[in-house]
Amino acid sequence: MHPHKKRLASVLALALAAAIHIENFKFEPARLEIAAGDTVTWSNGDDELHAVVADDGSFRSGGIDGDATFAHTFEKPGTYAYRCALHPQMSGTIVVH
Amino acid sequence: MFETNRREFLHCLAWAGAGVVWTVSGGVLSSRALAKAVLSPSDFHFVQISDTHIGFNKEANPDPAATARAAIARINALPARPELVLHTGDLTHSQKPGEFDTAAGLLQELQTGGVFTVPGEHDVFEDDGREYLARFGKGTAGSGWRSFDSHGVHFVGLVNVLAFKNGGAGALGAEQLEWLEKDLAPQSASTPIVVFTHIPLWALYPEWGWVTSDGEQALSYLRRFGSVTVLNGHIHQVLQKIEGHVTFHTAYSTAYPQPAPGTAPGPGPLVVPAGELRSHLGLREISFRASDGALAVTDSKLG
Repeated sequence: MHPHKKRLASVLALALAAAIHIENFKFEPARLEIAAGDTVTWSNGDDELHAVVADDGSFRSGGIDGDATFAHTFEKPGTYAYRCALHPQMSGTIVVH
Repeated sequence: MFETNRREFLHCLAWAGAGVVWTVSGGVLSSRALAKAVLSPSDFHFVQISDTHIGFNKEANPDPAATARAAIARINALPARPELVLHTGDLTHSQKPGEFDTAAGLLQELQTGGVFTVPGEHDVFEDDGREYLARFGKGTAGSGWRSFDSHGVHFVGLVNVLAFKNGGAGALGAEQLEWLEKDLAPQSASTPIVVFTHIPLWALYPEWGWVTSDGEQALSYLRRFGSVTVLNGHIHQVLQKIEGHVTFHTAYSTAYPQPAPGTAPGPGPLVVPAGELRSHLGLREISFRASDGALAVTDSKLG
């Protein structure tokens, strides 16, 4: 396999592993464990706009429209609680090892 | 007495949204047919619209600017010009460039004495309300709250979308509550109070975030008044609740309907057949009768 393709494949695999889907106003999975340096991708399956914001302010997505995604790379280990800036009843946690 | 009121309330609930006039005076509620709501020259009326969601483009309504324009045309065609128009938030949907321009342009088409807004969460989530306040914040305090008087009625606009609490509720916050207590203190108990805000002040359906976590504190300042009318948006459907002298009215959206509490997996936009959309959208007219201080609330559909 071409080195670039190999790299792409590994990036895709990581992205899949660190994927959070939004459906019916819920983050799935609500709790995700990853390694430092991993990138988490949120995808929105609702017709409603959502927006991910960390409780500690360390990341913020802006509006994620239906069928759109948002990605954030977690460099530092820790536990990151977040919620939807539009629907605060929606919450989730990223644990970075 | 309680039973009578309760029966009338249930009767009215059955007619919610179908053009019943609500009359509230000294906490006694009655309903009557629209045609009997005759106004004298000293009376006045105003209009509430809500949740225009300019920028929304999904199946539930691909063109919310068109339905907002239809609501505005309806207001401009009223037999008498409304004293003022209240917009109870979510003027825009996603705060993308141009959405506030379109919303502001639409509001300018209103033929009325004044337009007063409060923000919805869609208006402020991206920038904590900076653009909203720059455009609509004139004459407000804090994050956009305000009060003013018109024809002997004390109006209070509250902001409950900028202090979201853990646990998923809108909130007013300590600073605004302190302002509210001071604002209401000099008002006499016989002054009719109209509160307008975005999210319901009471726990309508906390599972979907349809609650203001510190709303009860605000209501504790309002209970001494003989007539309090609370108008809100956010849930895109008409519901009423009466608690003592306080009546709560949630409003139609002009953009798209949302499901009744608990009837869907989530509170997302409700897709209805395109030909039926306007029968799920609407506006609200509120008439004030000077002779006895009665407020009549009429919800009407766009189609």
